Amino acid sequence: MRFFGKAHKFGDDVNTDYIISGKYKFKTLDMKELAKHVMEDLDPDFYKKISGGDFIVAGSNFGCGSSREQAPLAIRNAGISAVLAKSFARIFYRNCINTGLPVVECDTGLIDGGDMIEVDLAGGIILNKTRELEIPVKPLPGVMIKILNDGGLVPHFRKYGGFNLD
Amino acid sequence: MGQTIIEKILSTHSGQEVYANDIVVAGVDFVMGQDGTSPLAIRAFGEMGGKEVFDREKVAFVIDHSSPSPNEGVSALHKLMREFSRAKGFRLYDIGEGVCHQLVPESGMVGPGCLVIGADSHTCTYGALNAFSTGVGSTDLAAGLISGRMWFKVPGTIKFVLNGVLPPGVFSKDLILHLIGDVTADGATYMSAEYTGDAVSALSVEGRFTIANMAVEMGAKAGLMEADDKTFSWLARYTGRKFEPARADRDAVYAAIKEYDISALEPQVARPHRVDNVCPVGEVAGTPIQQAVIGTCTNGRLEDLGIAADILRGKRINGDVRLIVAPASKRVLLDAMREGIIQDLVEAGAAVVTPGCGPCVGTHNGVPSDGENVISTANRNFKGRMGNSNAFIYLASPATVAASALAGVISDPREFF
Ligand code: SF4
Repeated sequence: MRFFGKAHKFGDDVNTDYIISGKYKFKTLDMKELAKHVMEDLDPDFYKKISGGDFIVAGSNFGCGSSREQAPLAIRNAGISAVLAKSFARIFYRNCINTGLPVVECDTGLIDGGDMIEVDLAGGIILNKTRELEIPVKPLPGVMIKILNDGGLVPHFRKYGGFNLD
Repeated sequence: MGQTIIEKILSTHSGQEVYANDIVVAGVDFVMGQDGTSPLAIRAFGEMGGKEVFDREKVAFVIDHSSPSPNEGVSALHKLMREFSRAKGFRLYDIGEGVCHQLVPESGMVGPGCLVIGADSHTCTYGALNAFSTGVGSTDLAAGLISGRMWFKVPGTIKFVLNGVLPPGVFSKDLILHLIGDVTADGATYMSAEYTGDAVSALSVEGRFTIANMAVEMGAKAGLMEADDKTFSWLARYTGRKFEPARADRDAVYAAIKEYDISALEPQVARPHRVDNVCPVGEVAGTPIQQAVIGTCTNGRLEDLGIAADILRGKRINGDVRLIVAPASKRVLLDAMREGIIQDLVEAGAAVVTPGCGPCVGTHNGVPSDGENVISTANRNFKGRMGNSNAFIYLASPATVAASALAGVISDPREFF
């Protein structure tokens, strides 16, 4: 999996209420509709600024707060290819892997908003093309790689009928 | 090698001796979903090829977040949940029953040593009963419904040793707000918290729930306490079931140990828009408020409503304030009626809404207007949390919220104690 796109920069502690507000997520299972409101409370026009393949780049504790899986689904349906952050909140992190949204822990201080980024997930490499930098990546635990390789937890279960992580 | 509480519970449930950073697949004792997360889980259940739930007795859905339904979109999702639970033959708590994190403990299905997953981030609440319970998303919920199992990375543990006696007018909510302010919103990410010390022993089980509930507000996966006589007599009101408590070994290894003496603690307030933006009440006293909320899975229990009623009895709230009370469950509501607490609150000017999440998550029951200040007993004050990103939410204890509703400005409740 290789992605190329622009960085959209956010700060620390971006919570799931900011990613997708509760007032929308309780109403519908239509993720394309929810995607239009992604990050709305932080940047009302964010959805319009995304070109397919772009990245959300954030500080620490990204995705803290509620367990709503609509958060990674809204991000993915908005056309974001991966989220890069210094660290993630744990439920959000699990939800991303389970639903197939790549998340990468790395030093996002080396990326500015607007920088062009290339992410090679399999190779574990991030290139900041604008600043000509290679950024080291913290590797995912083995179980998560297995689930991601199956395409998420749903295909994993369909394939094995249960957890098969040994 | 000695084990922490969470290492013990994950060992018994995975059939091997495990320690921090091990990865395990463990059996779960109970699985819960609410109306914000279950609909997506039902979809994933079908896509995964799920036929039946792993054990009908060990599964429940709760309609509490938007309850009763405020619009047709929500109604369709509620209907989906009702049809699914009926078809699979497991329990659904419908509108008016209460908040999931009050109903699961009241069900008697969860107690010391249990392992519970819930598709709600505050599932950590049952840590007060010595259960390892944690929040998951909808896909994990579907996997748990089908298999009765879940994978975990065994977390390291931060031990909080809480010594001293809480002063009058200062409560477990003030204590946990103080801890969160100290360790910050991501101070315990990927970790488990263990709370111990004479200040914890002195708390009622209701007060302990408040502390375990907010473990996730410091990023923790769980907030655990040891079971004691109070735990067992609390459980005996709901079930005759026997549980196997998990105790930390004396030589358990902790990632960090933090000690606090809470004898001089003042009432605490979390200011907008962060739960770790905490200060003593004095620093924000005098801030005008337009709405006050008493309820939620953090502070909607009988003890909480009773504390508020003691302050409001025979008085009227300020004319510029709307006070909303959401009892945590039908049982709490009935008990509060029997004890005259609801009478006191309503006579003082409170609007009592359906047992459930109330206005906590911004779907209904009191969305604030632009520029308004709200003081609430809830656990989150993020911008937009209550449905309006131009409102300001302050978090505090039921006593501080009641005293503030009376005065119309944020107020120190200690003069009432
Ligand atoms: S009361 Fe609030 S925090 Fe608790 S479960 Fe309901 S929405 Fe979540």
